[in-house]
Amino acid sequence: MDGLKRGSAAIVGVAESDLGQVADGMSVIDLMAQGIQRALDDCGLTLKDVDGVFSATTQSRLSVLALCEYLGIDPPFIGSTIVGGSSFEYHVAHAMSAVEQGLCKVAVIAYGSTQRSIGRKQASVREINPYESPYNPFMPSSAYAMAAARHMHQYGTTREQLAAVAVAAREWALLNPVAWEKKPLTIQDVLSARMVSYPFTVRDICLVTDGGGAVIVTSADRARALKKKPAYVLGCGQSTTHSAISSMPDLTVTGAVASGKAAYKKAKLGPADVDAWELYDAFTINTLLFLEDLGACKKGEGGAFVSAGRIGPKGSVPVNTNGGGLSYCHPGMYGLFLLIEAVRQLRGECGARQVGDCEVAVAHGNGGVLSSQATVILGNSATV
Amino acid sequence: MPAGEQSPLNTYLAHLEKGELGYQFSPEAGRPVFYPRVLCPFTGSGKLEWRVSKGLGTVYSTTVVHPAKGDPYNVALIDCDEGFRLMSRVEDIDPMQVKIGQRVRFRVHRPGGEEPPCPVFVPVEAK
Repeated sequence: MDGLKRGSAAIVGVAESDLGQVADGMSVIDLMAQGIQRALDDCGLTLKDVDGVFSATTQSRLSVLALCEYLGIDPPFIGSTIVGGSSFEYHVAHAMSAVEQGLCKVAVIAYGSTQRSIGRKQASVREINPYESPYNPFMPSSAYAMAAARHMHQYGTTREQLAAVAVAAREWALLNPVAWEKKPLTIQDVLSARMVSYPFTVRDICLVTDGGGAVIVTSADRARALKKKPAYVLGCGQSTTHSAISSMPDLTVTGAVASGKAAYKKAKLGPADVDAWELYDAFTINTLLFLEDLGACKKGEGGAFVSAGRIGPKGSVPVNTNGGGLSYCHPGMYGLFLLIEAVRQLRGECGARQVGDCEVAVAHGNGGVLSSQATVILGNSATV
Repeated sequence: MPAGEQSPLNTYLAHLEKGELGYQFSPEAGRPVFYPRVLCPFTGSGKLEWRVSKGLGTVYSTTVVHPAKGDPYNVALIDCDEGFRLMSRVEDIDPMQVKIGQRVRFRVHRPGGEEPPCPVFVPVEAK
């Protein structure tokens, strides 16, 4: 993404669709459309302004076609990159590129899932891998569990330290009115919950909810004339290191090292400049790995770093301020919600969970089994 | 690929049928390739040789799956001594006793019926 110009585009509108458990019969395209309408309202644009459409979901094979049909538009630019939960961070880079090149002026990026309503098995097709499926790993949990086990072995990371990630996420979620989880959680609660794939209990693992939403990307020039404060895209980076967990080169080091490096370089910023970290926490180990790989702490020190409430609402390093995939919402491909929360933090719209003086926010998406990593660095007007 | 040539997967399975853990070696890259494929991911070359592993390896990582029904079972990643990694499981011991760094030896698991054979591992002490 070296060709992109720092701050040339901005996210100007963001919205969730209905979340949690949506009304019976709602389709994933209904949820995308709901998100788009709300995100357009958020910035004061209308569907007539939209000439770029990006979407991803596991429940509609040709989702961007279904979405354009539903919206009644034939946009000159469409994109449907689907690389798991980080797809939407990829879409931001692609939309920014399209806006810079004049291929479109206003792009929407949309997501929808009804996996809670219809069941996780119905929501995504099970793929057979002849080199993995014979062993019945419980995917994706077992893949991440093996990353956690390796991290514990190499660095002495403990289950309590992993549990601290879930506890911090819950504390943030209690400050977010739309979060799924409403009750406090302790480290002991996490450790004594039902074991799923050792070392993970069900509380080390993201929620299974419905949900969707949309974000709107346009040029920085146009962004300044709209309703809300723009969240400028300062840098983007992507890395795909593997698809199956048995092909991941090192289970303790993710592609976030490369995606983060590229994003920081473009943004001319470093980890010390980040005020809010929105990191794809499908599992507790993710938060540790991404804090390490994005440079918030050193490799191997993530366990100690997240302990003693450092990443919770009372801590010094705000991480997953909406409650994350662990406690706020996780419809299967969570990446869009990272962008929504990062933008809201930069605007100062987050009420009880607002991070003070938030000028730079990272939205880091993860897809597959630590397979596709994409970092988006966003900044408010003070950064451009 | 000319019609009739055996797929990488079927060559692999044919080795397993003979009780062997087959893998590919890229002479140009000087390193093994796993899973089997039609080109070397290190060089892009189609030159790949089939070799048979000595069947010894080390547990790289491990988990114990707790299914809704039935007993917990092991899933592991094994680093074979020849330098390739594969998913498998370690049998003959309590799944929680499978440890990273443990030395393991290959054997063929034959599920029977329509299911093809697959490699599993046992602790080296157990032979």
